[in-house]
Amino acid sequence: MSAQPSSATPPSTLERVRTERRRRRVRRTVTVLVLVVLIAAGFYASLAIGHRVYSAGEIWRVVRGQQVPGASFTVGTLRLPRAVLAVLVGCCFGLGGVTFQTMLRNPLASPDIIGISAGASAAAVVAIVLLGLSGPAVSVIAILAGLAVALAIYLLSYRKGVAGTRLILVGIGVAAMLDSVTSYVLSRAAQWDLQEAMRWLTGSLNGAAWGDVRPVLVALLVGGPLLLAASRDLTVSQLGDDSAAALGVRVQRLRLVVVIAAVGLVAFATAATGPIAFVAFLAGPIAARIVGPGASLLVPSALVGALLVVVSDLVGQWAIGTRFPVGVVTGVLGAPYLIYLVVRTQRSGGSL
Amino acid sequence: MTTDHTLAASGLSAGYGDRSVIEGLDLELVPARITAIIGANACGKSTLLRVLSRLLAPTSGQVLLDGTRIHRLPAKQVARTLGLLPQSPIAPEGITVAELVSRGRHPHQGLVARWSAADDEAVAEALDATGTAALAERPVDELSGGQRQRVWIAMALAQRTDLLLLDEPTTFLDVNHQVEVLDLLTDLNARRGTTIVMVLHDLNLAARYADHLVLMEHGRIHGAGAPGEVFTAEAVRTVFGLENRVIRDPVSGSPMMLPIGRHHGVAED
Amino acid sequence: MTASSTLAPLRRGRRTRLLWLLGCLALLAALALASVALGSRQVGLEDILSPLRGMPEGFDQAAVAKRMPRTVLALVGGAGLGISGCIMQGVTRNPLADPGILGVNTGATLAVVIAMAVLGLGNGSGDARTMVWVAIAGAGATAVGVYVIGSLGQGGATPLKLALAGAATSAALGSLVTAVVLPRGDIAESARSWQIGGVGGATWATLHQIWPFLLVGLVLALVTARGLDSLALGDEVAAGLGEHVLATRLLAALGAVLLCGAVTAACGPIGFVGLVVPHACRLLVGVGHRPLMVFSGVVGACLLLASDVLGRLIARPEELDVGIVTALLGAPFFIAIVRRQKVKAL
Repeated sequence: MSAQPSSATPPSTLERVRTERRRRRVRRTVTVLVLVVLIAAGFYASLAIGHRVYSAGEIWRVVRGQQVPGASFTVGTLRLPRAVLAVLVGCCFGLGGVTFQTMLRNPLASPDIIGISAGASAAAVVAIVLLGLSGPAVSVIAILAGLAVALAIYLLSYRKGVAGTRLILVGIGVAAMLDSVTSYVLSRAAQWDLQEAMRWLTGSLNGAAWGDVRPVLVALLVGGPLLLAASRDLTVSQLGDDSAAALGVRVQRLRLVVVIAAVGLVAFATAATGPIAFVAFLAGPIAARIVGPGASLLVPSALVGALLVVVSDLVGQWAIGTRFPVGVVTGVLGAPYLIYLVVRTQRSGGSL
Repeated sequence: MTTDHTLAASGLSAGYGDRSVIEGLDLELVPARITAIIGANACGKSTLLRVLSRLLAPTSGQVLLDGTRIHRLPAKQVARTLGLLPQSPIAPEGITVAELVSRGRHPHQGLVARWSAADDEAVAEALDATGTAALAERPVDELSGGQRQRVWIAMALAQRTDLLLLDEPTTFLDVNHQVEVLDLLTDLNARRGTTIVMVLHDLNLAARYADHLVLMEHGRIHGAGAPGEVFTAEAVRTVFGLENRVIRDPVSGSPMMLPIGRHHGVAED
Repeated sequence: MTASSTLAPLRRGRRTRLLWLLGCLALLAALALASVALGSRQVGLEDILSPLRGMPEGFDQAAVAKRMPRTVLALVGGAGLGISGCIMQGVTRNPLADPGILGVNTGATLAVVIAMAVLGLGNGSGDARTMVWVAIAGAGATAVGVYVIGSLGQGGATPLKLALAGAATSAALGSLVTAVVLPRGDIAESARSWQIGGVGGATWATLHQIWPFLLVGLVLALVTARGLDSLALGDEVAAGLGEHVLATRLLAALGAVLLCGAVTAACGPIGFVGLVVPHACRLLVGVGHRPLMVFSGVVGACLLLASDVLGRLIARPEELDVGIVTALLGAPFFIAIVRRQKVKAL
């Protein structure tokens, strides 16, 4: 059991360390590639499938900007922005979710469970229904509300330090409060439009247009690289604040940057599609299962999020008799997983 | 490998919020030696370690690493010189031993730099030095307490620092594993000249393994020096408020404390 | 000698308790009066009393006649939810148990919506009583389901797991409610009233439909109160004290489900009353379940009445549904409870 005093490293250990690391990298690369292919397939299916199915040739011509009778409108104006938005918000929710889960070291601490999505959604509803705003103003108000909620939850759960479980429970309470605000404002809207209400309660891609896509794209282009730059620090911060600091991570600064970026992503996506239920919550843990523990989960989670939204939207639109908004599908899919997580929650709270 | 790095504190005060834990403390750590910090609960041992490793900013006074204020140095530069093993580090679920140890290379990596051959070597060497190479592919969750602690020490070794601070590395371990961990640290100090500073609960193990003892009492240093000099019945009585007798450890020759308590009077010698 | 001096503080405790109860009842009476008088049309005391004296009716009297059943429903509903929360916290030994947190409300909603969509039950008078049954069945099934989920795995039903199981179940059932309602434009409007709780639409008929359920629930609650005191010490100790652990637990839970199911059937989902009230009452009267239930009933009625009146006042001339008011008032309280708990206990 005692350590072998040896000045020269036996090659076997070095060799094993090296192969093991290469194996992990290959697995990660393959996973990312497979996810990209699957998303591409889902994206293509969302463009092709509908009341009228279009051929690959027709779709290609529409995407290249040529006029194709019928297809130009159906594919170019209706289906294309919807599919693009699905991919983008999926990435945003996936990235935002996994960032929170990694940082707080708890899979339950995703923005859609601790009330940040609910805050952005309530703010968006208030902005649209009560203040009569539209466009970028709504996104701005949503992101401000998201940040305010994040700060409020943090402060409310602060008592000699922040414990993950306390933060989650406080978040659930805040979420309940904000959801009731959303319900109230919606019930006071001019007419009770169930489809529109669904968007703000569970998330929906209905009526997606290029105008919705742009702000989300900008958010992803700004927030994404910011998070990726912090990804190594984030991975190290899984070892606990003290260990991370000992390894040279400035924990407070990391937390600040990362929270702003993640909340920004989630809030912009929510302002566009509403809080698509459970995508932020599911993407990280699913990615962790596929890639294996330890590696940085940011990119895989973003891809899993995108895939979830694209596929769920396809299922909601065409697999069942009625057309359901995407949030209903992810809500039904996500809840069993949440229950599974609850059942296997350990005293330590568990990590991804 | 010898070390020239020095770590010292002068006029150090620190605490949490309004509560002051350490007040006006001066300390100079002996390079290339093993120092153990002992004292009663809540006397400020762990706080001292946290300030020394710049996890906690002092309210006044300063910590000097090689003569420079440690809180002013870049985080990664400090992390290449000084390693810390906190009391309860967190292992992400499912992470393997090799991966966990690899995390110790973080301060040596830049924003874009790829994993290098030197990194692999450092990890391999840390695994070998702690006798955990055989466990490399095992998930950390499945290990025993003693194995897990050796893996964490391996992570700190992979960091390749000349100074290593450990906060109660032997708590929650069975006595055999406690000895195993302390032996490992002694090997490390002997082979690489690593300066080791640790908070220990077990006074007798501290007296046996440390070259240098620091006795703390209410946020101040009661005494510091070689165990034979500072570890006396009188000192233990003051610091712990416990009637005791200190005898010579028949195994190592270091001082050894026997508690007396209310029910066992002084027996015939 | 020693015995009497030890007894004295106990007696004094009982007297304080009685004073508190009288105080709460006085508050309740005042709130009931306010509930009848205040609203988009303010009414004087004269107008409230005049129908009782058989005087001719005007607009004010009409407003009063409409507010009477509403006031009674808020009173009864608040009491039902308060007692139900008190039982749930006792049965689960969990400070966060509450019909809303446990997702029981959503369960009742789903059951009702399915009954409307699949069985074609509507708002006919004959169907109304059936609907109460359906809501109670949904509430019961969900309560049991959530508790079972929460107690699976390591460590049993900790507050965290129970709250999460409730949130997950709520989310899933909420999605299912949507899935049922969306294709059916015809029931969307009646389903809507099931999403936000309120007492605004109350009539005497509503009350008539639910009172038997409330009565049975109340009797079960009072019968099992002593047993819950023993259960609070842990199952083994309770069994050692001669308690039939399983039977007590089942009966008490049945009582809780009847109470909150019936209230949900009449008012829709109203959260946080069942959570907040027992906690507040524990500060007043301690942890014994009998006095606690009485107080929870009275204070619950006060809270719901006050929330209803508040909702009518702050949004004039519109009304804020009472379910929203209780969520806004109750969530901060929930957070306060979470903050008070030690982290390990979560």
